[in-house]
Amino acid sequence: MSGTDRGTTTGPRPGLGREPGPAESRPGRGLRRGPGGGGWGAGHGMRMPLEKAKDFKGTLKRLMEYLKPHRLQLLAVVLMSILGTGFGIAGPKIMGKAITELFEGSIGKMRGVPGRGIDFDYVLRILLILGGLYVVSAFFTYLQQLIMVNVSQRTVYNMRKAVNDKLSRLPLSFFDSKTHGEILSRVVNDVDNVSGTLQQSITQMISAVVTLVGSVVMMLSISPLLTLVCIVTLPLSVIVTRFVASRSQKYFIAQQRTLGELNGHVEEMYTGHVIVKAFGREDESIKKFDEINEELYNSSWKAQFISGIIMPLMGFINNLSYVIVAVAGGILVTRRTIEIGDVQAFIQYARQFTQPIVRTANIANIIQSTIASAERVFELLDETEETPDSKDAKVIESPRGEVAFDHVSFSYKKEAPLIEDMNINVESGQTIAIVGPTGAGKTTLVNLLMRFYEIDGGRITVDGVDIRELGRGHLRSIFGMVLQDTWLFHGTIRDNIAYGREGATFDEVVKAAKAAQAHHFIKTLPEGYDTMINEDASNISEGQKQLLTIARVILADPAILILDEATSSVDTRTEILIQRAMMDLMKGRTSFVIAHRLSTIRDADLILVMDNGSIIETGTHRELLAMSGFYADLYNSQFTGVGRAAV
Amino acid sequence: MIKLFRFLKPYRLFIAAVLVLIFFQSLFELYLPRLMADIVDVGVVQGDTNYILRVGGLMLLVAAIGAVCTILAANLSAKTAMGFGKILRGKVFSQVEELSLSEFSRIGTASLITRTTNDITQVQMLVMVTLRMMVMAPMMLIGGIIMAVSQDAALARIIVLIIPVIVAAVIVVMNKSTPLFRAMQEKLDKVNRVLREGLTGIRVIRAFDRIDYEKRRFNDANLDLTSTAIKVNRIMATAMPLMMVTMNFMAIAIIWFGGLRIDQGTMQVGSLMAFIQYVMHIMFSLIMVSMMFVMIPRASASAVRINEVLDTVPEICDGEAAKSGYATKGHVEFRNATFSYPGAEKPVLHDISFEAKPGEVTAIIGGTGSGKSTLVNLILRFYDVETGSILINGVDIRDMSQEDLRSKIGFVPQKAVLFSGTVADNIRYGKEEATSEEVEWAAEIAQATEFITGMKDGFDSVVAQGGTNLSGGQKQRLSIARALVRRPEIYIFDDSFSALDFKTDARLRAALKRETSESTVIIVAQRVSTVMDADRIIVLDNGEVAGTGTHRDLIKTCNVYREIVMSQLSEEELA
Repeated sequence: MSGTDRGTTTGPRPGLGREPGPAESRPGRGLRRGPGGGGWGAGHGMRMPLEKAKDFKGTLKRLMEYLKPHRLQLLAVVLMSILGTGFGIAGPKIMGKAITELFEGSIGKMRGVPGRGIDFDYVLRILLILGGLYVVSAFFTYLQQLIMVNVSQRTVYNMRKAVNDKLSRLPLSFFDSKTHGEILSRVVNDVDNVSGTLQQSITQMISAVVTLVGSVVMMLSISPLLTLVCIVTLPLSVIVTRFVASRSQKYFIAQQRTLGELNGHVEEMYTGHVIVKAFGREDESIKKFDEINEELYNSSWKAQFISGIIMPLMGFINNLSYVIVAVAGGILVTRRTIEIGDVQAFIQYARQFTQPIVRTANIANIIQSTIASAERVFELLDETEETPDSKDAKVIESPRGEVAFDHVSFSYKKEAPLIEDMNINVESGQTIAIVGPTGAGKTTLVNLLMRFYEIDGGRITVDGVDIRELGRGHLRSIFGMVLQDTWLFHGTIRDNIAYGREGATFDEVVKAAKAAQAHHFIKTLPEGYDTMINEDASNISEGQKQLLTIARVILADPAILILDEATSSVDTRTEILIQRAMMDLMKGRTSFVIAHRLSTIRDADLILVMDNGSIIETGTHRELLAMSGFYADLYNSQFTGVGRAAV
Repeated sequence: MIKLFRFLKPYRLFIAAVLVLIFFQSLFELYLPRLMADIVDVGVVQGDTNYILRVGGLMLLVAAIGAVCTILAANLSAKTAMGFGKILRGKVFSQVEELSLSEFSRIGTASLITRTTNDITQVQMLVMVTLRMMVMAPMMLIGGIIMAVSQDAALARIIVLIIPVIVAAVIVVMNKSTPLFRAMQEKLDKVNRVLREGLTGIRVIRAFDRIDYEKRRFNDANLDLTSTAIKVNRIMATAMPLMMVTMNFMAIAIIWFGGLRIDQGTMQVGSLMAFIQYVMHIMFSLIMVSMMFVMIPRASASAVRINEVLDTVPEICDGEAAKSGYATKGHVEFRNATFSYPGAEKPVLHDISFEAKPGEVTAIIGGTGSGKSTLVNLILRFYDVETGSILINGVDIRDMSQEDLRSKIGFVPQKAVLFSGTVADNIRYGKEEATSEEVEWAAEIAQATEFITGMKDGFDSVVAQGGTNLSGGQKQRLSIARALVRRPEIYIFDDSFSALDFKTDARLRAALKRETSESTVIIVAQRVSTVMDADRIIVLDNGEVAGTGTHRDLIKTCNVYREIVMSQLSEEELA
């Protein structure tokens, strides 16, 4: 998120946008902390230890590849910055000529040399040239910036798009193995980091190099001796930067660690706010916070102070060379080796000349962390994708809803087989109950049916067609899914229901809501169907969310259903509504139900008993009870308690 | 943002010192060109090498003093800015800890976390940068003008005339870009949100085959962000070269007019050179400031969010005098209590009256939005009733201190929340000074001993943040043990058994019954089996009491209750 300030401190020559420091900040990776979250230490000051890319060269090459479509523009940028900086560089020397003339003229006049006074025509001519130079230089700088804005923003746009498109082609196993924060951080922070560098550092680097070379050339052309004297201060500034940077690193690491600790405490206490209050532990919580806060203060002011010292020290070294130039230059002028205007020019060059060195050192750090960011982005882009749908994918015109597992085997990890040689046959309109203790891996079946994961052996067919021969989109449109963890997005209720089918009319939405028993509660909301669901969908209850997701499926009108009966966070009245809606929905459709209710299980045409991810028993209620196996046990422990008590 | 600066008060001496130091540093910095002018005008003109060296030595001294000033200023400003951050963070955190549930949930957990951490860092960094660099510009400006005027008042007019133009230009650019920066931040947030939704809903999106739709949604947000970013950066790309040109033309003007004055003999070349350098100094400090201004919109957006927290007045305050109650212990009574959430049209709870007595189990059952959890939250005084009252041991809870009230209650929430620490730490959260016997006893009752002893380090096993290394049922049992260890007068179980299987649920309730025989137990539940043997069942329907009585009474008299029972047990089980 630091792009907001990084992308815009498009400083032309003066190297003030960034102060020298040990490392460029990397925005924090804590994006799951809500909007505007993430991004500790944006841009200035708070710096994290430097990150390094694993394969610097390779990543750099690929990044270059990304810029290839813009190579003409980039070439123009390089040219413009050379021109812009170059014209600027010439300025002081020309200005020096004017000053020399003023000096010589005035001295001449003072000493009464006949015909010697200030040649104002000459001065005017020089000043006009100077003015022209400045305008041209500024113009090129402007052009260069303008082109760079376009190049960098478009590159970032494309990169973000590429990453997002990539995400849509990745298999679910990828998402299941990574946290959201991790993925978000790559798409937002890392991409942003790259953009900031493109926008700023590349041009800065070019202009720094041009300034450096240009200044040295100019200085040499004025006086090699003075140049030599001036360069003496150079190693000094490098040493100082190095010294301070290594010192401050320690404190930055400490600062980062305490900051993490503080964030952890805040997150924990806020998440458990109710508990903290209920148990009257506010004071302890505050006390602990204060302790960490104090520690943070101690490490952070030191880190800030030490890194803040670089500026004054560099300033001092600058002034040192300034004094040297003034004194040595003054003496040289008295000896008539150089002219007075040269001293003025030299002073300006000497100032310009230390800056780029510090800046390039700084930019080197930035580029390191940028490459590290780019590498993470590329890593994501390199993830193996789902096998694409075959071009001649089959289409089932009007699906009947027959499903068969034919010698299916599957495992998440090669070494731990979950399903082996599974065979089931489901006829159109049947209900299949999936039962088992929590964590038995019931979602595995969903993953296979919807082809979120690929099976290792055998085949799954729908209406006799292998699901791998169907397009994924088409396959999934045959299925409808109502899971326990509902998913609604930031938008109106109407949009959320209409999500079930593209191009659904409002009437259809209302009809679906009515069928899902959701119409009534929607009507009581302040803006009915146009009520916005807020970001964390906290303005409607858990049960209402489920009703909405049912409405969504009703609208989609699939041939096969996957339902999760679990309604643990839903109250009984709503549960009744949900059940009613589900029953209606199941009529005439093949249904896979992750069952929790006894009646569903008993009435099911087939029960799949799962434990630890694999299906251990199959059969009807009666058959399974007769087996007196795992199911019988489960049934007795879970349901008979209720049965007895009710009698 | 200005409002937040009140927290800088303890540092006002530091700030004053920083200002003075930076002012002197600017003066010293600007004094160098003047000394250089002497070198040129006296030393060079007269060819006096000794004089040049002497002045050079003086210059070094001045530069050194200047550097010392800046280092001191850097030290003080680091302490000030970080101290400011510390104070602000502390204030916000303790304020949040004070907030009642309604204020807390209005802002939201995630947002409060951001406000306490990130937002404060933003403001803190702005203070830092302001103290370190932004104050430099006006100081340089003032110092530069003073030096220029003292050197040559007539020529100084050029500076005095042009500076306001440049300052005005900076302000115009700022005014134009600030809203754009703000918009950009919002758009970045939007890209974030769409992405996040795409990740959380990945199964649904793929199930409904809406990948393309999501791609479009993301693309729109992406495009929107990009076009704003381009616009902002274009303004900056125009502004910077323009400023440089203006500044450089000022230098040209100085040479020209200075030249005229030199010709008249009223000015010397060294002074002219000094003048040019003043302009350069002023220019650089102005450019620096205009770059720093970019930070302001972000920090001020953060400041608004922080202020919102600080300005929130907790609705719930402690009663004046904590009255001591009657001899009874744990007696809870609702008297015509009515409550509605802020902004809601209809009360969640309407005219609720009931009593829960020590030694009895009172169960509360009802549908979504029937207000069960709200009712429990009212007892804990997370919210205050609108009309009517809630009495504990005959004392209105609003007349008690919150601490006193909550110390009487052992609360087990719907969603078990654990903290990082050991298992024992978590149980001990209920009672800090609990002995290990007490902790083990509580775990035993909560049916948690088995899995705790099964863990690697038993009671010293570490619970990860958020309890992610435990199952839902295990977390719930620890959360129950935490309440038990308090041995409170009143137990409140807010739907705390649903994560347990029926077997554990039954065992736990049996054990509880033995241990809580003298306490008041209030159970909110969804399973009929959980509430069936309660001494009193209160059926809530749409925020009103639809029936009170035992299972047997209610099944005959209360329609709502019967409906609930029917939904859970099949006909034959009812028979």
